[in-house]
Amino acid sequence: MQDLTQQFLELVRLAATSLPPDVEKALGEAVEREEEGSAAKGALDTILTNVEMARENATPICQDTGTPIFYVHYPEGWSTRKLKQQIRDAVVEATKKSYLRPNAVDSITGTNTGDNLGDEHYPTIHFEEVDGDTLTVELMLKGGGCENVGAQYKLPDAKLGAGRDLEGVRRAALDAVYQAQGKGCAPGILGIAVGGDRGSSFLASKEALLRTIDDNNPNPQLDELEKTITKEANQLGIGPMGFGGQTTVIDTKIKAAHRLPASYFVSVSYMCWAYRRRKMTINGDEVIYA
Amino acid sequence: MIKLTTPIADDQIRALKVGDTVSLNGTILTGRDAVHKWMIDIFIEKNYAPEGDDQEVYESIKPMLEGGVIYHCGPVVSGLDTGDYKFVAAGPTTSIREEPYQGRVMEHFNIKGVIGKGGMGPKTLAACQENPGVYLHAIGGAASLIAQSVKQVTGVYKLDFGVPEAIWVLEVEDFPVVVTMDSHGNSLHDEIESRSQEVLEELLAKA
Repeated sequence: MQDLTQQFLELVRLAATSLPPDVEKALGEAVEREEEGSAAKGALDTILTNVEMARENATPICQDTGTPIFYVHYPEGWSTRKLKQQIRDAVVEATKKSYLRPNAVDSITGTNTGDNLGDEHYPTIHFEEVDGDTLTVELMLKGGGCENVGAQYKLPDAKLGAGRDLEGVRRAALDAVYQAQGKGCAPGILGIAVGGDRGSSFLASKEALLRTIDDNNPNPQLDELEKTITKEANQLGIGPMGFGGQTTVIDTKIKAAHRLPASYFVSVSYMCWAYRRRKMTINGDEVIYA
Repeated sequence: MIKLTTPIADDQIRALKVGDTVSLNGTILTGRDAVHKWMIDIFIEKNYAPEGDDQEVYESIKPMLEGGVIYHCGPVVSGLDTGDYKFVAAGPTTSIREEPYQGRVMEHFNIKGVIGKGGMGPKTLAACQENPGVYLHAIGGAASLIAQSVKQVTGVYKLDFGVPEAIWVLEVEDFPVVVTMDSHGNSLHDEIESRSQEVLEELLAKA
């Protein structure tokens, strides 16, 4: 089996220092909608300059380089044990190179491990065996500010008048955006899961964020709801950084998960504007980063 | 753009209003969750006696915070092995977590400016009015750009809290911030929140 430590290191570097093109494009469109001289426009201009600077200097876009979450889709015959070790080695190396901030803190003692290695959940690695010969690894870096404003709703919710249907999902999502205000580093991207149990629901809400900004949901009902939530969230006027303005949410992505008859969870993972996710595909000797 | 250099005088603070853009210069200190808890526990509420270098650190930072600025930031720092520290990425962290502590910390050290993101609550706003002080909003996530404003890292205390949580002493030049809470009781965050609440109610009223 190939040693992919260097390739994983490059994936981390790319994710931490170079914002994906679809996100940068959306931010570029957002700046055009803000009024000249407004704090919102100033914030977005600063954000876009920062994105360029980070890419040029190979320095982190945001100092909170987040929880590294890896999604590994591997063909039959690969050792997940070895892949996990290589990923962990790459994360240590990336920390030494200042692509990542040391972020793994022992929750009981408060000690920072200094190298981004924690227990079995840090870094987070999801493995899934797939057909074919291509190894695909997706990496998302999710910062703490936006993770802290994520929310889970248990429908029905009397206060929001939210029942167990897509209208209820709309209400929960708008409440989550209102509660977050600018604290999750707006303009944000919403990853929403409908259903699941508490754990699987949050997992699915993060998986929803792996889609690109410009794609459509294959389910027309969910696609329409995604667009409605984005439009209405922007009517809230919270704006970039919570300074007030036209763009509060760049996009909404929804994923459905089967649920128990008794449960109806709506989980909202809020992703900050620094939506750091990158993908690497390996087929034989060919390595492609996207 | 208003240019300010630490230490900042009360009349300069009183002249600032919500919406003003400020270019900040001089010495500032980083401090976030662990630092605020440490200040309150040992030196303000005095729940624990100082241990190890606690007293020494307190005496060192006190004069720098007098009329000074504290920055809610957990940076990425290079040169950790050599001691030749450089700020690589240094954007603000979410400030609201310091709401239980901030007002008392401002009062105790006579801090004039708090830099962070997301804004703070009524206790800090009251402290801004009384002290007086201001809350200065940096652009969240603009870490590479802000790191360019950090001209020198002149010291670090409490590195045992971890790199993000340590007290870093910085010389900054043209650090760009926006006043979002002033010393006259105004908060842009309160304003945006109540406005967005009205819209939310309208959006929830329709089926």
